[in-house]
This record gives sequence, structure tokens and C-alpha cells, in this order.
Amino acid sequence: MTNILVYALHHEGTVNKNSLGAISTAAKLASELGGEAHALFVGEDVSDAAAGSVGAYGATKAFRVAAPAGVPQPIVDALDAVLSQGEYGYVIFGGGLLGFEAGGAIAARRGGGIGVEITGLRVEGGELVAERPILGDTQISDIHFRGLGVIAARLNAFEAVESAAGSTVPVEDVTVTLSDAAGKVEIVTRGEQRGADVNIEDAQVLITGGRGLGSAENFSVADDLAAAFGGTAAVAATRAAVDAGWFPYAGQIGQTGKTVAPKLYLGLGVSGAIQHKVGMQSSDAIVAINKDSNAPIFEFADLGVVGDLHAIAPALAAAIKAKKG
Amino acid sequence: MTKIVVLVKEVPDAAVQKQVDPATGLLDRSGEKTLNPFDTHAIEAALQLKESGALEVDEVVAITVGPSSAVKALHKAVSLGADRSIHLTDDALVGSDVVATGYALAELVKRENPDLVLAGQQSDDGQSYAVGAVVAENLGWPALTQVIKLEVDGTTLTCERQAEYGYDTVKVQLPAVISVGDAINEPRYPSLKAIMGAKKKPLESLSVADAGIDAGKVGKEGRKAVWTAAQQPPAKAAGMLIEDDDTAQTVEQIVTWLDERKLI
Ligand SMILES: Cc1cc2nc3c(=O)[nH]c(=O)nc-3n(C[C@H](O)[C@H](O)[C@H](O)COP(=O)(O)OP(=O)(O)OC[C@H]3O[C@@H](n4cnc5c(N)ncnc54)[C@H](O)[C@@H]3O)c2cc1C
Ligand SMILES: Nc1ncnc2c1ncn2[C@@H]1O[C@H](COP(=O)(O)O)[C@@H](O)[C@H]1O
Repeated sequence: MTNILVYALHHEGTVNKNSLGAISTAAKLASELGGEAHALFVGEDVSDAAAGSVGAYGATKAFRVAAPAGVPQPIVDALDAVLSQGEYGYVIFGGGLLGFEAGGAIAARRGGGIGVEITGLRVEGGELVAERPILGDTQISDIHFRGLGVIAARLNAFEAVESAAGSTVPVEDVTVTLSDAAGKVEIVTRGEQRGADVNIEDAQVLITGGRGLGSAENFSVADDLAAAFGGTAAVAATRAAVDAGWFPYAGQIGQTGKTVAPKLYLGLGVSGAIQHKVGMQSSDAIVAINKDSNAPIFEFADLGVVGDLHAIAPALAAAIKAKKG
Repeated sequence: MTKIVVLVKEVPDAAVQKQVDPATGLLDRSGEKTLNPFDTHAIEAALQLKESGALEVDEVVAITVGPSSAVKALHKAVSLGADRSIHLTDDALVGSDVVATGYALAELVKRENPDLVLAGQQSDDGQSYAVGAVVAENLGWPALTQVIKLEVDGTTLTCERQAEYGYDTVKVQLPAVISVGDAINEPRYPSLKAIMGAKKKPLESLSVADAGIDAGKVGKEGRKAVWTAAQQPPAKAAGMLIEDDDTAQTVEQIVTWLDERKLI
């Protein structure tokens, strides 16, 4: 029997959508392997309702460990405790920072292997094979595991499917003795929102500013272009721009930001790193202005413009305004 | 007095067209190579801790696991300010996975017994984002990745990073493994003098046996994640590309393209 354990990321009472996607996928795969999918919650304030709700996505059991959330070390200890109790072949994370950290550590602790950025999983010869895109997504490698297989999925790789809408599962509390390392990490604040609360999810047109804009002031170039489109156009940003303090976190697209799918995405000085791409690749039309012809964004842009955004974007704003009259 | 170890890796130069050896499923590592750009932020972070006096650092040691050519990455690391370097190189390591590489690095760290280990947020080629966490697990130390602000008070680090729900602030007790994000600093350029002097700084080269590493836990033997042949995903229709020679004309082309799709 091969069971699959899924780490359920949660915040403020809500289970992460990518974790639910991982649970849905694990449930399907576990049944092919003749086992079950279980979910693990780590946190001080996980309600029965939240933990039990994973039943709707196909999990047959939820474990709950009362320990600080948001840092990797308690998760590793919690996973270790649960894995010791049952016949688990795999651990799946639905994507995210903690997947890299707790995933790498639990693979090391239990003598297993890890695959990150996994976009597909299939059963072959009684085992899971993980699909890992490489080289800017131009190729996909297969990963096979010996011993415990730890899978950190790419953001939005697995869809949350309510296969058993409304059903809940029993929640089992597990008491875990935390390791020394866990005692040396303390989360002081979690989920701090930096900057204004901007809405980028409802916009039909998103003008996205990257590091190439050069400064907070230069976001006016993006603002002017958005104004030229008018209507439901808004400005968004990459993590590089947000970390630099040029734009509010609420307007960030990507792995640790928002997932968007506007009619038009227009990137100004955005390189198109994979963690950005995962948050916007479903946009209907992707336009990129970047001065580096080797920028990865040109691999998936529908219209790529190689040139200086400072020359092109203002002229484009003026031309669009003129056209609209 | 404290010691900082920085984990650095040699990676194919960004300009090199990378490919996978279809026979082994491993990255073809021929061609021009360079120090992983993400690791220059870790070196810079070490130097800033030292220079600001935030930590009384008496030594910054760069260590790598890699083929013989990786010496160049170590030279770059010391030209940027590391005091000396260690190179673990052995045929037995070829084909190591993330867990095996992290185990080997941890064994090197144990020999040095530093107070802080710094790493980059990702290697440009492996991109597992996980080596730092594996190293820490082997040492029994706490670890945190993607740190973009690092403050030290005695043996307590206050770290900031962006995670799924916004920015987190986390306190971590030394000794610890911290992987820094690329927004943490702007790495300096090495001076010509430092580049010239790099080869004179101590570089220790070790084999698996020298370092007391269990050869059965590394390389093709020891790996637990086995990569096999790569496949081509279905090709996406190539987009249109405009080289901007004449901005007025470029803008006209963009407007036409948008207009045809009723996006204006
Ligand atoms: C775990 C993890 C999570 C992450 N989460 C996110 C996330 O949620 N969102 C996100 O965006 N990133 C995320 N990242 C970071 C991501 O890997 C990239 O570092 C980031 O997306 C780069 O942002 P950028 O494109 O603005 O900057 P860069 O990569 O620095 O690109 C800037 C581009 O601007 C171009 N440029 C410069 N000047 C000009 C000019 N005058 N005219 C035209 N072009 C110009 C350059 O050629 C370059 O291509 C994450 C990374 C990790 C490891
Ligand atoms: N072979 C290696 N030798 C030394 N450091 C490494 C090696 N591989 C990875 N690292 C370190 O771990 C970080 C993350 O790498 P990765 O997990 O491969 O994305 C890198 O930025 C380096 O600091």
C-alpha cells in the first residue's frame, strides 16, 4: 500500500488553493497506487472545519499538528512524525517557499529524493513519475524516486477539484516533539502587506512594470500607458519591483503574488522569470517590451518588442490616445 | 569572533545555449561557465556583515562541490572578498542529486564549524531552491531561504522575506543556514587587483575520501531522485517579434497588432 501525504498550507482559516490542487491530484494518484491521500496541517489555530474540508477534494484523513505556522522547521518535524506512522511513498507540496525548504529537509531526513517545480505526475510501473520542465520550459525531464519521493509542485500545476463536494474527513491530532532547530526559529509577523491595496485581478488590461523600469517614479510610464487604454486597465509589477519598494505587494504577479489572466498583459522591462510566468501565462495576449533579445519572456510572448521601454512606452501611450480620439 | 561559510556554485554562463544529454538525462555542462550570479549576493551579504561590524567576522570561506573547472568560480568568489576557498571534487560526485549535494556540502561545513552559512536563492542551472535547507537538515541547524533583509543582534538574526501571503519577519538563532534573495543587495564588482590576487589566496582541494564523505550517499549510487531523458513539450506557436529600429514605426506596428485583436 502506498499512501501519499500532502502538506496543506493555510492562512487565516483558508486552505491554500494550490494545496487543494495537490490533494486532488494525490487522491487520484493514490487510488491508482492502491493507497490513500492524507493531508497534514501545521498551525496553532487550525479549526476542525478547515482541516476536515479536505475530504471534499478526495483526502481520506487529515492530521493536525499544533505548532507555529509559516516556518519550515516545525513542518519537517510534523511530516517526520506522520510519515513514521504509516506506509507513505510520497509527500506532495502544492508549490511555495515552504515546499522547497521543508521538502528538501524531509527528503534529507528520511533518505529520500526531491523534485521541485513539478508540473505533472503519473503512475508508471507502480510508482510515481514526476515531470519537471527545464531549460526555460523547452524540455521536460522525468524524475523517478528511490525511497521517499518528495514533490514540490509548480504553482497552478494542479487544479483543485471538488470530487466529493461537501464531504469532510476526521481530523487526527498528532503530538510532535519539535527538534532543536525548530526551537531556534520564531515567526514574528506573517503575511505583512506592503503598500496600498491595489486590485489587479479584475483588470482586462494589465501593464506590468519590472526592474527594467528603473525606479518607483518611472512607474508613471506604466500608469500613463494604463490610462491610455482606459476602462479596466491597471498597473501590476514583478517581485523585483515590489522588493525594491517601487510598487505595492498587492499588485505583484507570480508565485508569491497573484495569479492573473487578463485579456492583455503588457510587460515593461520584465524578464519573464518562471516564478513570474506562472502567475500570468494564462493571459489571452502577452506583449513584452524588453531591450534584451535573449529575455525569457520572448519565448512565450505573442508580441515581443526588442527595444528601450523609455522610448517606446510613452510613444505607444500617445498613439493609443490619439487613435481613441 | 565568527566565521561565515558561503556556498557557491559554478554554472553555465547565461549566454550559453544549454541542453540535456539525452543518454544520461543530465545537463550538458560543456561551454563557458561562471559563478552562479545568485551566489554573488550571498558573498556580498557576508562582506556587508563583516564591514558594517554587525558581526565580528574574522573569516569568510567560499566552498563548492563541483568539477575541476569550478576552481574558476572559487577564484571569482575570493576576488569578490572571500578570504579562502574549499573545492570538493571527485568523480564519485558526478550525478549527485539535491539531497546528496547538500549532504556533501554539510560535511564540508562541519570541518569548518562556522557560525553562519550563506547561500544563494537558487542555482542558475539546478534551480532546486533547496540545497540550503538540505545542508541545514544535515547539520541540525535552522534555515531560511529567500531572505532579503538580514539583521544581526548577538546570535539572533532577524530575517525578512516574501512568501505566499506577503512579507514575513522571522527570528533565527545562530548557527544557521540562510539563503539570500537577489533583492538583498547589489553585489560589488571585483577590483582588478583582487582579480589578479585571487589565485594567491588559499584554495584547498578535497576528494570525497579526504572530506570523510560516504561515497555511497553521493553520485549516481547515492541519489534518490533519478532524472531520465528529457522530452520536448508541444511547441507553442512562436509570437511575432519586432526589433525597434524606428520607434514611430514600431509603435504603429504595436497599435495595429493590438487593434486587430480588439485590445484597444
Ligand atoms: C521562490 C521564488 C518566488 C518568486 N516569486 C515571484 C513572484 O511572485 N513574482 C515575480 O515577478 N517574481 C518572483 N520571483 C523572482 C523571479 O525569479 C525574478 O527574479 C523576477 O520575476 C524578476 O523581475 P524582473 O523581470 O522585474 O527583473 P529582471 O529579471 O531583472 O528583468 C529586468 C528586465 O528589464 C529589461 N530592461 C532593463 N532596462 C530596460 C529598458 N530601458 N527597456 C527595456 N527593457 C529593459 C532587462 O533586459 C531585463 O530583462 C520569485 C523567485 C523565487 C525564487
Ligand atoms: N554544488 C554546489 N556547491 C556549492 N554550493 C551549492 C551547490 N549547489 C547549490 N549550492 C548553493 O545552494 C544554492 C541553491 O541552489 P539550488 O538548490 O541548486 O537552487 C546556490 O545558490 C548555492 O549557494
